[in-house]
Amino acid sequence: MTRYVLRRVIQVPFLLLGILVFTFFLIHLAPGDPINALAGEYGNAAYFAEMRARYGLDRPIAEQLFIYLKNLARGDLGTAYTYGQPVTRVILERMPTTLLLMGTSFILATSVGITLGFSAGRRPDSLVDHSVSILALLGYALPVFWLAQVMLYFLALKLGWFPIQGLTSAREQYTGLRLFLDVGHHLLLPAAALAIQQIALVTRLTRTGMLETLASPYVLAARARGLGSRRVDVRHALRNALLPVVTVVGGRIGFLFSGAVLTESVFAWPGLGRLLLEATLARDYPILMGMFLLISLAVILANLITDLVYAILDPRIIYT
Amino acid sequence: MTDLLTEQPEVSLRKTWRPFRPRSGKPLSNLAGISSQPLASLGWILFTTSLLAALTAGLLAPADPWTSVSTPFQPPGAAHWFGTDDLGRDLFSGVLFGLRTSMLVGLTGTSISGLIGILIGATSGYFGGWLDDLLMRLTEFFQVIPRFFLALLAVALFKPGLVTITIVLGLTSWPMTARLLRAQILSLNEREFVLASRALGAGTAWIIRSHLLPNALPPVVVQLSLMIGQMMLIEASLSFLGLGDPNIISLGYLLRNAQPFLRLSWWMFLFPGLAIAQAVLAFNLMGDRLNDFLLRRYTR
Repeated sequence: MTRYVLRRVIQVPFLLLGILVFTFFLIHLAPGDPINALAGEYGNAAYFAEMRARYGLDRPIAEQLFIYLKNLARGDLGTAYTYGQPVTRVILERMPTTLLLMGTSFILATSVGITLGFSAGRRPDSLVDHSVSILALLGYALPVFWLAQVMLYFLALKLGWFPIQGLTSAREQYTGLRLFLDVGHHLLLPAAALAIQQIALVTRLTRTGMLETLASPYVLAARARGLGSRRVDVRHALRNALLPVVTVVGGRIGFLFSGAVLTESVFAWPGLGRLLLEATLARDYPILMGMFLLISLAVILANLITDLVYAILDPRIIYT
Repeated sequence: MTDLLTEQPEVSLRKTWRPFRPRSGKPLSNLAGISSQPLASLGWILFTTSLLAALTAGLLAPADPWTSVSTPFQPPGAAHWFGTDDLGRDLFSGVLFGLRTSMLVGLTGTSISGLIGILIGATSGYFGGWLDDLLMRLTEFFQVIPRFFLALLAVALFKPGLVTITIVLGLTSWPMTARLLRAQILSLNEREFVLASRALGAGTAWIIRSHLLPNALPPVVVQLSLMIGQMMLIEASLSFLGLGDPNIISLGYLLRNAQPFLRLSWWMFLFPGLAIAQAVLAFNLMGDRLNDFLLRRYTR
């Protein structure tokens, strides 16, 4: 076990380095030039050359990569071309709103998904089971951004129950509890739209897990010992049924993030998704590298934590 | 019990597949399962509809999806079944051609990814040793690369086009296939019938071709069929963000176009969205059905 953990932890920096080098070459070898974002469209050749030199864009790519990695080792992600500010600051500024969106939808997805999957798997072939299964199948086929559009149209534009876009009501200057409620009101639709696919997935997994565990001998044994049906379903069956849920949910941070980018663009949510799109269109290399670093790090760490949690939860698995 | 929709190789490791033999009786009616499972027949209906719509888009479409044929913002009616958009273009035609684009990306991308995954998985599983180690490290690397963002970067920075999207999706989606096939082959390789063949002097190529692949491929086929829908969703997402092919109509492009006019015209977002949802659902249902048929999981 210790060896397994150690090996996995040692892998992290290497994987990250590999991804960084890969992305760096991808970004820098792509046709097109960030110089127009830096110096405008109509500068003369001498000015362009000066700007290139200032941002180090005139050096060979390998050298640029080396400089980037050297700065990275000191925690410096460079300066964003379009913002003229350190990348770290630009990203950190936008991070809380995206984390709020992702976190809320994660909690929503896990709680609703487990509840639905549990009630469906408990009584296979019942009406509940069939309706939940069909809903899950549907939820898994819907594009996130389309769902966001549909919700926006019906619940915000037609019924007026929710605000149309943004993080807060622009006209009001709320503070304290009012601000909290206002943000919550704005948050609900995007978070729900983002959660639907996850709900479908978690539901499906929990249901399958329940079917499997309920059929296993130890559940029969528990029932034979005279334990109450609810107690057996929750304490014996559900606990084991959730094991695959842990793996899959933990491995889907990347999906959640890409979903967030799409949801943000429908609801004009001021987060990392929009930053990424703007940076892509402007060829803001430092921001792109920084975002990719962040996403990859999140994915790798989430995978690592998932596997470790799984190892603790399921002592049957032997790691070497 | 493996839920292949969720792409979980660890769980499928626990399964032991019986050697593949078509079920007795009529295999095709069995695959259709029309009598026994209502969801499966829904899957067939949706699947056939999408496929026909995509194949015959050129014949069925009443107008060219790019040209303005009527007044803008017409609600659905007899002349324009799905209404017209902000430039007076016929949306029904747009949806048909968009469906074709989606399916093209899904099928081609999955084929590329399947080919790479099968090659790497089979090599890795059969030969083992340092080659296996090397290929598995490569697989792990490609598994943690965020696929959607890589596609986004590639499309935005290189040539924005259908070919770029398809290639990037194909080149980045194979790790799951490779791992699944490798696990299959590893477990099959030690089974009695393979050992017996080897003892009888069968060659490597023969064993791979007639014992390993036929028995190891069914779960891979199921997994690939479920990948098609996912790729269609990613293509739609990229087009929705404005990073699609500017010369080819796609459902994501139609939905992007609908975004500024949400309040004004519900039909602009409703029909393209329904089209992609039903196509993805069709492939997912077919995947489920293939799963039941090939792997004989449920015996209801």
